[in-house]
Amino acid sequence: MNTPAGPVWPMYRALVGIGMLSGLLIAVVYGGTRPIIEKNRAEALERAIFAVLPKASQRTTYALDEAGGFREDPQAGGERVHAAFDDTGRLVGVAIEAAGMGYADTISVLYGYSPEEQAIVGIRVLASKETPGLGDKIEKDPDFLANFEALDARLDETDSSLANRIETVKQGEKTEAWQIDGITGATISSIAIGDILAASSERWLPLLAGQLETLKPSAAPGGAADGTDGQDRRPEPTTETDDDER
Amino acid sequence: MNVKEPSATDEFIKGLWRENPVFVQVLGMCPVLAVTNSAVNGLAMGVATTFVLLMSNSLVSLLRDFIPKQVRIATYILIIATFVTIVDYAIEAISLDLHRALGAFISLIVANCLILGRAEAFASRHKPGAAVLDALGMGAGFTLALLCLGGVREILGAGSLFGLVLFPAGFEPWIVMILPGGGFFTLAGWLLLINHRRQRRERAEAAGGPLQEAGR
Repeated sequence: MNTPAGPVWPMYRALVGIGMLSGLLIAVVYGGTRPIIEKNRAEALERAIFAVLPKASQRTTYALDEAGGFREDPQAGGERVHAAFDDTGRLVGVAIEAAGMGYADTISVLYGYSPEEQAIVGIRVLASKETPGLGDKIEKDPDFLANFEALDARLDETDSSLANRIETVKQGEKTEAWQIDGITGATISSIAIGDILAASSERWLPLLAGQLETLKPSAAPGGAADGTDGQDRRPEPTTETDDDER
Repeated sequence: MNVKEPSATDEFIKGLWRENPVFVQVLGMCPVLAVTNSAVNGLAMGVATTFVLLMSNSLVSLLRDFIPKQVRIATYILIIATFVTIVDYAIEAISLDLHRALGAFISLIVANCLILGRAEAFASRHKPGAAVLDALGMGAGFTLALLCLGGVREILGAGSLFGLVLFPAGFEPWIVMILPGGGFFTLAGWLLLINHRRQRRERAEAAGGPLQEAGR
């Protein structure tokens, strides 16, 4: 212990020394846990993709380039879609990430679009902070989720826009295939889901429309489309890896 | 706090019960109220806080002659923040779902007055052995309290405990219990129960003496 107006050197030594030690520790732990965290995130996305497109067995990630074309890029971080294929290499659907404002903070979702059925065939909430017990019904309520088994997302004649904008209606008032039956008690959250899907499908589906045949399961250019060397397989059930940081 | 050197068990039990950080000292209310909407969240928060408390108490105690007292608070916060960051990465690596559930409250362990309080009031004045026992006791007490709150809130608010459904299908959960308000109700209930018991015991000890003030 020093006197109140003690020398500067011990203070400097304590702060800088402990600061450097802290920095080193954090860097070591960061380096150790980052690969595991990245892997967990990728697996969570992977599970979500195969959950919204249950017929799929493999997938390839495509990035959107400036010209509006799709380029295969497994590392794509920004605007991207995940094309999903079955065992024979046939395109079964495209999984698209979308986000928008919910009741509390941003809701981000992943939905599966089937070009064959011209419909949204599945949805998964990736992240939301909606009120537990009320707003979070958008993730769990079976009646609400049933809306997305075949939600009409047909394009109009020019392929430039959706024929009918996706919308959320009051619970029990759904009459058209492009409407989402809302949840009483989670009005804002269920409308938010409708708005997120409407905005995202309005943007992505016309872009995809002309380019579906460019989406191929194989990473090798011109390779056989039987998917034998497809890059991402339906994941095996994984066991959580624990890191022994203590 | 005792000036005499108390026994090792006493050092531990003190934090767990007699000076329980939540029920007696009423410290660290932010995570107590915010993340205890299920037993698992409460347990995870308690364990994370205990780890940070243990590491910061040991380091502060080891370095107590090295840290000049003018910069002690800054140094303690630096040490605490380091271990909070480490815990944050560890939880994210262990389970993304748990990390999402605890959200911003992991980072907020830095501002938990319990940890800074133990560093300042205890670890900086005691040997590492005692500081470790103090941290384990206080951490266990904090975890126990969070479990008590999380358990009650999950049973009433979701009809389950640790995710296990407890009631038949007809049970209508009291949603309010897992909302923020439920945290206050449950904490108030526990404080009422514990203070009531303590008051009764004190009255019995006084054996007919003058009644003590109820305190908090």
